[in-house]
Amino acid sequence: MPQLPVVVEGAPPLSPALDSPHRIRRETLRQIVRSPTFIVGAIVTLFWIVCAVGGTHVAPYDPINGSFAPSYAHPAWAHPFGMDRVGRDVFSRVLVGSRSVLEVAPAATLLGVGLGSFIGLVMGFFGGWVDNVIGRIVDAVLAVPFIVLAILVLTALSAGAEGISVSSLKLILVIGIAFTPIVARTVRSAVLAERDLDYVQAARLRGEHAPYIMLAEILPNVMGPIIVEATVRLGYAVFAVATLAFVGYGPQPPSPDWGLQIADQYADVTLAWWAVVFPAIAIASLVVAINLIADTVQQVLDQ
Amino acid sequence: MRYVAQRIALGLISLLLLSMMVYAAAQVLPGNPGRIVLGREAPPSAVAQYNHKLGFDRPLPVRYATWLGHAVRGDFGANYTDGRPVTDDLVPALKRSLFLALFAFVLCIPISILAGVIAALRRGKPADRAITITGLSLAVIPEFVLGAILVTILGPAALNVFPGIAGTLVDASFWTKLDSLFLPALALALVLFGYIARMARAGTMEALDADFTRTAMLKGLRRRDVLARHVLRNGLLPTIAVISTQVGYLFGGIVAIEKLFGYPGIGFLTLTSAQIKNFPMLLACVLVLGIVYFVATLTGDLLIAALNPRVRLARQD
Repeated sequence: MPQLPVVVEGAPPLSPALDSPHRIRRETLRQIVRSPTFIVGAIVTLFWIVCAVGGTHVAPYDPINGSFAPSYAHPAWAHPFGMDRVGRDVFSRVLVGSRSVLEVAPAATLLGVGLGSFIGLVMGFFGGWVDNVIGRIVDAVLAVPFIVLAILVLTALSAGAEGISVSSLKLILVIGIAFTPIVARTVRSAVLAERDLDYVQAARLRGEHAPYIMLAEILPNVMGPIIVEATVRLGYAVFAVATLAFVGYGPQPPSPDWGLQIADQYADVTLAWWAVVFPAIAIASLVVAINLIADTVQQVLDQ
Repeated sequence: MRYVAQRIALGLISLLLLSMMVYAAAQVLPGNPGRIVLGREAPPSAVAQYNHKLGFDRPLPVRYATWLGHAVRGDFGANYTDGRPVTDDLVPALKRSLFLALFAFVLCIPISILAGVIAALRRGKPADRAITITGLSLAVIPEFVLGAILVTILGPAALNVFPGIAGTLVDASFWTKLDSLFLPALALALVLFGYIARMARAGTMEALDADFTRTAMLKGLRRRDVLARHVLRNGLLPTIAVISTQVGYLFGGIVAIEKLFGYPGIGFLTLTSAQIKNFPMLLACVLVLGIVYFVATLTGDLLIAALNPRVRLARQD
């Protein structure tokens, strides 16, 4: 004999004030902001953002046109990171070099997470053949290292016969689209867990349209995994931009881009290690900082 | 058996899709192959004749089918640049990269598994935190960045223990190869360390908390026996899967590492053929990397199924 449900899952608790969505959100945010790993990550990331925005205003010397005087000067008080082959101040170049990375990575992440979340919602909500087809495409894309696929696509997109100068916009598009299937897969599995819950059933019974259910009912409930995915992807995006710049797909000389600096100065690493190692440490610090933030967000939201 | 067949079939479908996407990407905008090969000065009739001879004037699906038909037999066509078969350079390059990758795994696996198990046994203690944070940081830093930092410390600039350039290493002895490739392999190994150690830690912790471990302890078995026979045997299974999927990841890092150290493996070849727009070679490189990944993940899955009857039987339902 069928029983009437006594307690409806997801029904508001007796004292709504204690865990209203607003309060929960504030509590989550407080937990994230108070974590020491988050603080360290945020400070380092903020430092690089300030450098990227300030550009030449924060750099003590001109990062592009050096003095052309003493090339390969050792690190000293006047030039804490030394000077490179053509007498440019490495410290200034490292500071200004943050711009080209931070110009591309966040935008690419936004594009990938936005597009991926949408496709993931559709895959998870409708299931069936849509889900299968996209799933196979995701597998195919993931079968080749991202950098290799990006090189292929960027090569195909660069029309000129010689030289591969890749604009920021192209990089944003390629990295963003490459992230899309991966994000889609994560969001899909989150949606699958929600799809059969009572609140979705209720919305269906109310006769809501599919887009409404997806965007107004399911999306707010899968925001957690999406935010985690976005922070993790941002770290990967910086990784990807730096690596692509290093292998030649990005800003061209005399840009102070970090990856480009390493590629440019590596041949003389025995003469002047400082021109290679400081941009390297800069990349490492930014990537690790973003991942510290991502890790905290993940730990707090997964609780 | 059905599980094996299913895995292979799914993998082949993915590879086929990959080949389509890759072929399409390479065909959309490279312009005119006859023009690239014959140069700016060639008369249009010669360009048209060249394109017709090599079939570039036929529709895309036909060209793709022809190319695929040859590719499955190991014939990836000829270079745009000099007309030599693509496989002439591809095979030695792949061998070099596989050697480097193997070296990196040999350096990496024992240390990371050990670190992961230690972290799990010292859960929450400083040793665990140190291993976890180190692994987490190393895993996210680009390989070439680690390579550049390693060269600065261990390379000719400072301690001068290892060379900073690998080169082709033709006719080099085994030990010279190991010496020249130590820094690139170490850079790759450090990136993998975090993932493998994390999996080993998680797997070991799960096995430590499992009922069978408690039973074994309460049975009065020695701690060492419980660890070896019960905890590690169960706990390290997921690690095997991670190691095999990391092969694909490793080959992504190999591109930048081979450029940094001037080691002409498949990553280096991918870059150079992209720079000169030698699309037959570029296509072959991307596809071969896909095949390497496919074989690696398949081996990993089959290994897990062979070691763990639960996986094997569960999938058959």
